[in-house]
Amino acid sequence: MTSPVLQFDDVVKVFRQGPEEIRALAGVSLAVAPGELVAIMGPSGCGKSTLLHLAGALEDPTAGHVLVDGADLAGFDAKARAQLRRQRLGYVFQRLNLIPSLTALENVMLPLELDGTRTAEARRVAAEALETVELPRPHDRYPDELSGGQLQRVAIARAIAGPRQIVLADEPTGALDTASGDRIIELLAKLCIERQAAVLLVTHEPRFASWADRVVFLRDGRVVDETRSPAEVSR
Amino acid sequence: MGVRDGLMALLARGPRHGYQLKTEFETATGKVWPLNVGQVYTTLERLQRDGLVDAAERDGGQREFSLTAEGREALGEWWEANPAEDAPPRDELMLKVLLAVDVNPEHAIDVITQQRTTLFERLQQYRRTQRAAARTANGSLAAALVAEALVARAEADLRWLDNCEQRLRSREDQ
Repeated sequence: MTSPVLQFDDVVKVFRQGPEEIRALAGVSLAVAPGELVAIMGPSGCGKSTLLHLAGALEDPTAGHVLVDGADLAGFDAKARAQLRRQRLGYVFQRLNLIPSLTALENVMLPLELDGTRTAEARRVAAEALETVELPRPHDRYPDELSGGQLQRVAIARAIAGPRQIVLADEPTGALDTASGDRIIELLAKLCIERQAAVLLVTHEPRFASWADRVVFLRDGRVVDETRSPAEVSR
Repeated sequence: MGVRDGLMALLARGPRHGYQLKTEFETATGKVWPLNVGQVYTTLERLQRDGLVDAAERDGGQREFSLTAEGREALGEWWEANPAEDAPPRDELMLKVLLAVDVNPEHAIDVITQQRTTLFERLQQYRRTQRAAARTANGSLAAALVAEALVARAEADLRWLDNCEQRLRSREDQ
């Protein structure tokens, strides 16, 4: 396997709620290679979303290490983390968090401009990302003029605009029907192949998870099993 | 079940020879249900005996089969009837999980976990085949519908395994 872009090394995450300790992750090790789509499945409360938060440097592990491009996030200060989130990692959520008063193109441009990219360049990069996700033109339509599937495409474009090649997707098909949801996951799978992006996908739908190169099953904060590659299965 | 009614459904379109029925049946079922021509003739003879099908000799000595009025009526009833369900379902997956639960809950969780992963690999395989067929667009509609049935059944089994696990665990917590 090529060196992983994202790696969890015996990661433990404990949350405290008053006197109670909740062990969300209890020693997870997992590596995601460039070009790989990995789906995480498991019952609610198994630690799926916590895993994505740690990958996105939104939380710190209680023990163990989270590495992006081989660098331990523990050594990143707030500025380095913010930069990582803007330049390397993209998020796609079930709730899209698109700004209703901005057009599709402007929504994708916004984080680029906040990161200091000049407007003309941000426009070019955003338009390219919208092409990649195959959003039908025109791109200057507002969120309320787009379908659920099209809105999710805009959110993915925003997550991958620029040089970012790690996509963290938390139930991105949640609000969509089966056919639209399938097209969204197909798009993520295509990003893996064409851009060598690494995608970590949390979903509870077997149909969508079945697009993944690998499906990892979590339970009580532990990896309990994972699927084998097609070559291993046919052996 | 199945072949007999399938042949009658094909005969409703008009008279046919035995071999023609074999190939049409296979095409209509997405080639997942191969028939042996001997089986086709035996079934047709039984249908004839029961008065549901007539046979007539055509030029070249080939027998051609057609539905009788009684046959049409029986076919109408078949379309309307729901497929019979064996109660309770006795498939191997269910048997494994039920016996594992009977041993102890921990063993059952292990069995569920292992079965789920294997079933998932199968679902991935079905979906890859389905996608490859969609890309080349050379598959028949029947084959696509058969593939969809396999996917839907694997999904249903996976959902059932999840529910089993959830129920087992909520009992353990009590």
